[in-house]
Amino acid sequence: MLSPADETELAEAVGGARGPLRIVGGGTRPLGNPVSGEVLSVAGLSGITLYEPGALTMVAQAGTPLAEIEAALAAENQRLAFEPMDHRALLGTTGTPTIGGVVAANVSGPRRVQAGACRDHLLGVRLVDGQGRVIKNGGRVMKNVTGYDLVKLMAGSYGTLGVLSEVSFKVLPRTAARAVLLIDGLTEAQAIRALSMALGSPFEVTGAAHTPAGIDGHPVTMIRLEGFESSVIYRAKALRALLAEFGDITEEHDPDRTRAGWAWVRDVQDFADRAGDVWRISVKPTDGAQVAAALGAKALLFDWGGGLIWALMAPGTDLRARLAGVKGHATLVRAERATRAGLGAFQPEPAPLALISKGLRGKFDPKGIFNRGLMG
Amino acid sequence: MEMPVPSAAIMAKKARLVSRFLSVLPKDAVIHAAAETRAYECDALTAYKCPPLCAVLPGSTQEVAAVLKICDEERVPVVPRGSGTSLAGGALPTADSVILGVARLNDVLQTDYDNRFIRVQTGRTNLSVTGAVEEHDFFYAPDPSSQLACAIAGNIAMNSGGAHCLKYGVTTNNLLGVTMVMMDGTVVEVGGAHLDAPRLDLLGLICGSEGQLGVVTEATLRILRKPEGARPVLMGFNSAEAAGACVADIIKAGVLPVAIEYMDRLCIEVTDEFSGAGYPDCEALLIVEVEGAEAEIDEQLGVILQIARGHDPVELRESRSPEESAAIWLGRKSAFGAVGRINDYMCLDGTIPVSSLPHVLRRIGELSESYGLQVGNVFHAGDGNMHPLILFDANKPGDLELCEAFGADILRLCVEVGGCLTGEHGVGIEKRDLMLDQYTPDDLEAQLWVKDVFDPAWLLNPAKVFPLKISESRRAA
Repeated sequence: MLSPADETELAEAVGGARGPLRIVGGGTRPLGNPVSGEVLSVAGLSGITLYEPGALTMVAQAGTPLAEIEAALAAENQRLAFEPMDHRALLGTTGTPTIGGVVAANVSGPRRVQAGACRDHLLGVRLVDGQGRVIKNGGRVMKNVTGYDLVKLMAGSYGTLGVLSEVSFKVLPRTAARAVLLIDGLTEAQAIRALSMALGSPFEVTGAAHTPAGIDGHPVTMIRLEGFESSVIYRAKALRALLAEFGDITEEHDPDRTRAGWAWVRDVQDFADRAGDVWRISVKPTDGAQVAAALGAKALLFDWGGGLIWALMAPGTDLRARLAGVKGHATLVRAERATRAGLGAFQPEPAPLALISKGLRGKFDPKGIFNRGLMG
Repeated sequence: MEMPVPSAAIMAKKARLVSRFLSVLPKDAVIHAAAETRAYECDALTAYKCPPLCAVLPGSTQEVAAVLKICDEERVPVVPRGSGTSLAGGALPTADSVILGVARLNDVLQTDYDNRFIRVQTGRTNLSVTGAVEEHDFFYAPDPSSQLACAIAGNIAMNSGGAHCLKYGVTTNNLLGVTMVMMDGTVVEVGGAHLDAPRLDLLGLICGSEGQLGVVTEATLRILRKPEGARPVLMGFNSAEAAGACVADIIKAGVLPVAIEYMDRLCIEVTDEFSGAGYPDCEALLIVEVEGAEAEIDEQLGVILQIARGHDPVELRESRSPEESAAIWLGRKSAFGAVGRINDYMCLDGTIPVSSLPHVLRRIGELSESYGLQVGNVFHAGDGNMHPLILFDANKPGDLELCEAFGADILRLCVEVGGCLTGEHGVGIEKRDLMLDQYTPDDLEAQLWVKDVFDPAWLLNPAKVFPLKISESRRAA
């Protein structure tokens, strides 16, 4: 295992690599197609480099534990607004999630629907390319159009283009209060209609999820509001009036219970201890119910107003074959190695785009040593 | 700014090119008479002008593909053009290039309020995207100053921002998908009404690529429900330090205004005279706007005003009516026009960490004295996106060059304090030769790879973004 302690050592390790490398941060997110190769751990590149609460920006080395970042932010009453999910329970992994892993997999959570994805909050990257050269792109200011946006390209590239050494990102204030509106007993189509109405309202919904089988086995639709306390109370009342046609709506304001509830959605905890393959599907919300009906899933969870569908499937099922005709994409998040290798973790691309992606990999990693085959 | 020497061999092909274009486009979509190509000789960076070989105005994605295929076969450079409002020379042609204007592609293709998106052709103007969804109380968030005229195509090319992006983000954060024509005429779909990329984020790469990777003909854009209301407050301070500290404290307090705009004395005076906004006599003026229902606005402004009072303001003016809100915004929104009325000016848009604001303003003042050129500052303070307006006299020999040198020093200063050359206008030709002040040759090489992959023959807007020396071997290939 290669364990560089800083960016210079990282560049040397890559430059001197004799074969394929498997890049690891905290090792909590073994996503993508199975990869072999010598392990290159980025965990040694750790620490917050710069934090300016008044500028809403933070810079950290890629191996910095997410918990360290969240603690530093909490001390200034700030947070990562994109709410990155924790994959450990779902994937049965242990270890320490790192900020580099979050960026490499563009990991977001329920608030993505309002605040944007990880990639929308990423301001700059430093990386080592396949020939051991250090490359930077972007910076640490919120608006930057100087040259091409390789920052977006790196977010969600799963270490297949370069090894991240440092990332900078936008942070946002934490909110003082939170309310969750809960509606019981809706069908999927009804729930998605309610969520669309909520998200299309002026009341700044920061979470819009639905589970066909909640903790007590019944369908529950969840709508989250955050902000100053009086504002949250006002918007909750306004939303209840707007959604009156959907039946009884209860409100939950307890900070611990609402936090736990959204962590349950964010981390797909319902699927954690259940056997089966886990798929993550992104479609436009109003396609959600139709897609779900076609899947034949063992269990489902809807987030992002119905646009994000988590599906628990019988092992080995080719879920994409059941999506035919609906625009969007499906990622196989959890399955046996053979299934991931066979079906491919990521949605196939149309030929011209596949050619571009291949061309980019050929430039950034001409020897093909980074996470070879992870994205197919 | 230097531009590459036009290729005589390409210019000699003009007649053949025109006839080939006429075989795929209507007659009025091919502009080739010398008197008419002059209309395309520059964009909003008017100091630089050069009529193109010809201009084409395709009316569909298929026509764009046909034009690009011809240009690819003939090895002719293509300069894509939206509405021509670029301040960076993004749409400046060379004498051996074809201007591909998307102005005729201006239809709304689909509006979907349940899924909160609109699909438009990219020649449509920014403001008319909001215009198409306004009756349902929706809007398109990015709001560059030129929004009445600028096209979505140019917004995507430059990843445009605006006054309200502190809360809503810039173009890339509001773009869901595109239809793009590659240089060889291949039409690709990237993204769509769903969220996030299935694989590599090619959409993120295309946005902000200054028309160098492909011609975007259709776009799926996120639309948002309008807030119930919005209200600005105006604050006057007697120093940049006090205004800067006030901005940082507002942000740290957990309030996220939708906009925080800053103007210095020169801009306050010039715009006030022009617009009659009634601005106070002070060194630094902030306009802070918050959104929500009346009670929510009251609460947020309460917090903001309390913070402002701690920074010794000379004036705090909370809007009490839509008319007062308009008056507060009037001066800021007319700032460029007002300055333009008294002088020629160059507008830069370097971005800095907010904490460096007082230092950077002090240094700009010192540079202003040593260059003997006046400068006014108006900018988006919440995100550190500056807009220094350097005043010069275009009729005075040497003044433009002096102004450019001053501008370059300001941009180097932005980089030196941890910022960047351009926050929302783009590099174009204007900041092309400063790229090595922000990036190492290796950093730039990685960006060149991207162009190599999308446009191997380097025919799309080739003389932009990268220093000519760096792109020379590729452009010649």
